[in-house]
Amino acid sequence: MSLADDLYRETILDHYHNPRNHGIIDNPSAKVEGVNPLCGDELTLYLTVENGTVVDVKLEAKGCSINTASGSMMTEAVVGKSVDEATDIINKFKSMMLDKNQSELDLPEEMEDLEALQGVKKYPVRIKCALLPWNTLIEGLESVGQQK
Amino acid sequence: MTPVAQPPIPVKNNSQSMDNGCTPMTQATFNEELSTNGSRVMLDTTKIIKDFPILSRQLDGKRLVYLDNAATSQKPASVINALSHYYQYYNANIHRGLHTLSEEATIAFEGTREKVRDFIDAPSEKQIIFTRNATEAINLVVNSWGKHNVGEGDEIVISALEHHSNFVTWQQLALEKGATLRFIELTEDGRIDVEHAAKVINSKTKIVAISQMSNVLGSITPVEEIVRLARKNGSLVLLDGAQGVPHLATSVQKLDVDFLVFSFHKMLGPTGVGVLYGRAELLEKMPPFLYGGDMISSVHRDRTKFNEIPWKFEAGTPNIADVIASGAALDYLNDLGMEAVRNHEIGITEYALARLEDFGGLTIYGPRDANLKGGVVSFNLSDIHPHDLGQLLNESGVAIRAGHHCCQPLMNDLKVSGTARASFYVYNTKDDVDVFISALTEARRVFGHVSCR
Repeated sequence: MSLADDLYRETILDHYHNPRNHGIIDNPSAKVEGVNPLCGDELTLYLTVENGTVVDVKLEAKGCSINTASGSMMTEAVVGKSVDEATDIINKFKSMMLDKNQSELDLPEEMEDLEALQGVKKYPVRIKCALLPWNTLIEGLESVGQQK
Repeated sequence: MTPVAQPPIPVKNNSQSMDNGCTPMTQATFNEELSTNGSRVMLDTTKIIKDFPILSRQLDGKRLVYLDNAATSQKPASVINALSHYYQYYNANIHRGLHTLSEEATIAFEGTREKVRDFIDAPSEKQIIFTRNATEAINLVVNSWGKHNVGEGDEIVISALEHHSNFVTWQQLALEKGATLRFIELTEDGRIDVEHAAKVINSKTKIVAISQMSNVLGSITPVEEIVRLARKNGSLVLLDGAQGVPHLATSVQKLDVDFLVFSFHKMLGPTGVGVLYGRAELLEKMPPFLYGGDMISSVHRDRTKFNEIPWKFEAGTPNIADVIASGAALDYLNDLGMEAVRNHEIGITEYALARLEDFGGLTIYGPRDANLKGGVVSFNLSDIHPHDLGQLLNESGVAIRAGHHCCQPLMNDLKVSGTARASFYVYNTKDDVDVFISALTEARRVFGHVSCR
C-alpha cells in the first residue's frame, strides 16, 4: 500500500477539492473556532440545533486535505440527526481514530465515506488534523446544551 | 575563578584520531575542477557527505534527502564524537574543580568560547554568553536590557518577517512597558524595505531587532544600512543570526551591531547551545537575567556580588558537553571556509529556483535572485496544502518543512496559512534538488486525481 492508497484516497481528495457544507450560517445556535496550534490549521464551525436536532452545520476551514475532508464528511454524517445520534457518531468516529484495536466503523451505509479516513491512523501526526472538526463540533454541541 | 581560555586539545585530537572513517576537513575539500556550477566553485559534497553518518540512512529503501536545514542541520561525526568523548574521558563540572577532569572540561568549554569569538570576530571572549538557544538569548536581552531601558512612549522596531522568537519577545515587552512596537515592511519580493525602515526608525526608537536572514523567504537583511539608520537615531541594534550566522561569514565588528544571537544546532552543532554576543559596555551595565550558582563572585546573607561578564549571565551548570561539541562544529565550518559555504549555497539555490520556476503552477515566496537570499525556498503548489505536500515528499525520502515556520504574522501578510519550505546546507547537492523535483511531480500526480470544481 502506498501513501496515495492509505491517505490520499479518491474519497478524501474529492471532499478536499469539493468540501460539503462549506460556508457560514447567519444566526447559528453556536459558532466555535477550532485551532491546531502546532500546524496553524484553523476552522470556524457554525451549528444550528432546533428541538434537539442538528439542523445545519457549516465549516469555514483553512486546513490540509485530511482536516478539510474529515470536516466535510462530518457535516454530511451529522446533519439531520438528533443531538444524541450525532454525539454517538462523534464518539464512534473518535474511537475509530484513537483506539488502536478498533478498525471497523459501525455506521450506516450513507456514512461510509468516513471509513476512508481510517488510513490516517497509520500516520499518527495527522490524526489531530482529522479530529479537529470533530472536537470543534463537540464544543459547539456542549455550548448549545449549556444555553438551554 | 579565572577559566583558562585555551584550545580544547583533548577534543580535537581525539575526534580526528577516532576510527570513524572520516578524514579531517581541509581547504582542499572543495574541488575547483570537479564540482562547478558555471563559474561557481562548489563544495566537494562527495567527501562532505561521508562525514555525516545520518545521510547514509535509507527510508523505505530510499535515500534520505534532507532539505530541512533551516529547522536544524545534521551533525558531522566529529561533533558526535566530541560529545561522546567528553562523556567517556573527561566528564566533570567546570570552573571550580581542582582535579584533572574538571580542568580539562573547563579548558574545552572555554575553548569553544574563544572559537566563537573568533568565528564572529568579537573583540573579546568575555562578550560571548552561552544560552540554551537563540530564543533564550533574545529573552536575556529583553529581560535584562529591555526591562531597564524601555519605557512608556518609547518605540521598538522589528520587521514584518521576524520569527516568533524575535517577535513575541519584543511585543510582550512593549505591552508591559507601554512602548510601541513598530514594523519595517517588506518589498514586493520579500526583502527588508530600507526606505520604509528610514521612516520607521526615529529618535524614539530604543532598539531595532531584526533577522540577519529570513527563515521563510531567505531574504538577507542589509544590516549595514539598518545599523546606519539606528546609529543616526541613537538606538541599539540586535541582530537575530539564527539563520544568518550558519550560512554567512559574520563579523560583529564590521556589522557594528550591539547584540547578535544565534544557535548551534542550525550550524552542524548539537541542540541546546545558543549564543549571545553583546557590546561590552552594555553587558557590564546589564543586570543578571537568571540568579544562582556560577554567576556570583561572593554571596552573603544580605547581599550578593555578581561575577564578571560573561559568567554573570551564565547561572547554574551550563550545557558543558554540547558547548564543547559546538567547538567541533566551528572547526568543521572553518575548515570548509564560510565563503565557500556561501558560494555552495548560492549555487544550489540558483539551481533549485530555476528548476522550481520550470516546474510551473508554483507560487514561490521571497527573492528570486540567489545572491540576495540564503539557501531557503518557500513555495506552494496550486491548492495542495503544505502539510499534504510535506507528507507526500516524505514518501520519496525528501524531508522538507511545511507550515507557518513560527512566522504567523508573515503568513498573514502573505495571505497563506503556511508554505512548504526546502532549505539547503553544505552537504546538499543538485542531485538532492532533482529528487525533490521528482517528488513534487509525484505529489502533483496524486492530487491531480480529482479535478477541482
